[in-house]
Amino acid sequence: MEGLVYIALFAPFASSLFAALFGMSERKIFVGVVASVLLAISFVASAMLAFYVYGTGHAVHVTMMDWINAGDLRIPFGFVVDQVSVTMMTVVTLVSTIVHIYSIGYMDHDKSFNRFFSYLSAFVFSMMVLVMSDNFAGLFIGWEGVGVCSWLLVGFWYHKPDVSREENPSISPSWAANEAFIMNRIADLGMLIGLFILYWNVGSLQYDEVFAAVPFLDGTVLNAAALALFIGAMGKSAQFPLHTWLTDAMEGPTPVSALIHAATMVTAGVFLVIRANPLFSLTPEVSYFIAALGTFVAFFAASMALVNRDLKRIIAFSTLSQLGYMFAAAGLGAYWIALFHLAAHAFFKALLFLGAGNVMHAMHDELDIFKMGGLKKVMKWTYLYMGIASLALAGIPFFAGFFSKDAIIETAWNEGTIVLWAILVVTAGMTAFYSFRQVFLTFEGDERYKQYGIHPHEMYRYVLIAMSPLAVLAVVAGFGMEGFEHFVTKLLPDYHMSEHTHHIAWILGLVVLVFAVGGIALAYKKYYHGLKRDEKLENSWYYKLLANQYYIPVLYEEFISKPYAMISDAMWNKVDMKIVDATVDGIAKFLYKTGDETRKMQTGNLSNYLNWMAVGAVLFLVVAAISAAAIG
Amino acid sequence: MIGLSHYLIVSAILFSIGLMGVLRRRNLLMLFFATEVMLNAVNIAFAAISHYYNDLTGQMFAFFIIAIAASEVAVGLGILIVLYKKHGSLDLDDLATMRG
Repeated sequence: MEGLVYIALFAPFASSLFAALFGMSERKIFVGVVASVLLAISFVASAMLAFYVYGTGHAVHVTMMDWINAGDLRIPFGFVVDQVSVTMMTVVTLVSTIVHIYSIGYMDHDKSFNRFFSYLSAFVFSMMVLVMSDNFAGLFIGWEGVGVCSWLLVGFWYHKPDVSREENPSISPSWAANEAFIMNRIADLGMLIGLFILYWNVGSLQYDEVFAAVPFLDGTVLNAAALALFIGAMGKSAQFPLHTWLTDAMEGPTPVSALIHAATMVTAGVFLVIRANPLFSLTPEVSYFIAALGTFVAFFAASMALVNRDLKRIIAFSTLSQLGYMFAAAGLGAYWIALFHLAAHAFFKALLFLGAGNVMHAMHDELDIFKMGGLKKVMKWTYLYMGIASLALAGIPFFAGFFSKDAIIETAWNEGTIVLWAILVVTAGMTAFYSFRQVFLTFEGDERYKQYGIHPHEMYRYVLIAMSPLAVLAVVAGFGMEGFEHFVTKLLPDYHMSEHTHHIAWILGLVVLVFAVGGIALAYKKYYHGLKRDEKLENSWYYKLLANQYYIPVLYEEFISKPYAMISDAMWNKVDMKIVDATVDGIAKFLYKTGDETRKMQTGNLSNYLNWMAVGAVLFLVVAAISAAAIG
Repeated sequence: MIGLSHYLIVSAILFSIGLMGVLRRRNLLMLFFATEVMLNAVNIAFAAISHYYNDLTGQMFAFFIIAIAASEVAVGLGILIVLYKKHGSLDLDDLATMRG
């Protein structure tokens, strides 16, 4: 089993190194193929491990080597494959494999084809380190690794110039990459503090030791640690108020959005909360805060998705919204439901993004859904895939999202948090509306793209075939819910609905369904037969508020970025140049000047030298005499 | 009675004379004489203090200094002769060729 663990972990690494060998040369198809095969090997190994863990119920724990041994601090490179990490591994490697194959088709015109695969595989490796590590330090390394890879991949087309915010809300790929990276750094500080608090109080960063020790810790310490860790999770999972980077990260190539900014990396925050559940279940206040924030973000992001015109941004908002759902579940103590939604969401959201990538490929990088319409004639398969994914996202019965999202909403009811429940239900309706608004505007109605002179075409066949496993999973994943519960609750705390909730579960489900179907029906009515623009609505203040993301990016720029730049400028010009630099320069100038002055001593005349020597000797004598007198 | 302090005063006077010579003289040969005077001033002090403490180490040092001074003079005079042959003068102001 140990071998399988290493294969699963290091196959993506090997793939990354292999692709990096050809990083600077022109496109070579075999690089993509080799990378995909290695990822597939990693997936097979993960799946075998999943079967092993499922069959035996034992976790596989390996320690590769010692990493840090300093005083009392012992951190090994250890990896644990238990129910939670094996779920993540399987999901990550499966989606990664598909995205790798997809990228061969999607990136085929890009001159940095090989470099792309190198980054993408490096990301998968980092993600595997993140989920498999048996200690917080390893998790943090993976955490930073995925951050770096995300930065590399969001800024993949770094040569694009900056444009104004009106023209493109995310300004440029390099701007978006930096924004994502910096926002994550802010959150990572919180995470680091959390790790320090835990280490300070427990004396170890190994999961099992930490979780064994947390019940004996002081409440304040626990709250502080949980909150600090959650701040880290907020950054990685783009929760309010650190959410703006996620939509801007859509500047990256679409496979990146599908893999990193939908299926895997952004769920790392949820994974952290699930992984650290012994800690979070001891801090009900922090957990409630997580649930409340998650619910708020679910609603908040969905509201922005309602009016957005950018295909990828709509999906990014929906990712944000679904992450909110996951946090709501995790915060309410239903960790396994959160993990289940994470997995189901990974499948259908990756599918949705890859579908959007097909559309983008067909439309020559046009993303405005107002300029699309009627694409079903040329993109039948993509329509089918995106339709399935949207049905799953909207929570229509028997698709994957139905089971997982319903369980989360049910949990909110079961916990008696009626307000959260109500918001989540309304959000479910909004989700259905914006998903189908997007699908209908893209694929149905009048063919608006013709007036822009675009000739769309369907994606390559092998790409469509590669996407099919995701489509199948988006349909059937929900039926594995009971088995999944049985599987992961060996490790995670089991969460059951109360008897009462159980009785009225069908009513709750019906309410959600009414909202979801209502949302779809509204979208159908408004957008199925083509786009009729409503000037009055589009000029209303609330439409503008939503379309401008509540003006939050602008606020951040005005009240954080600009003052910060001003302070930095002042620090540079006033403090650094006038004080620090001036001091250093002053010392140098003084030495220069003394040198210039004393050079005159060197007349070349021995007699003068002897005189100076005598002066020096007398000076020393005087100093010696004074100090002798002072001491004596 | 002539005591230690008298010797030391003589030594100090000799040293000062030697020092003045080093500082004021322009002729290299005279500079040599002046350094010899300074060395011998130190020798007097050594011998006097050695006698005062009944410790022969000081007198031994004086002998060493005399021996070293003799060899130094031998080398130094050799250099002086070469210098004189080359420049035709031993005046330091004339020999100042290494202006910084």
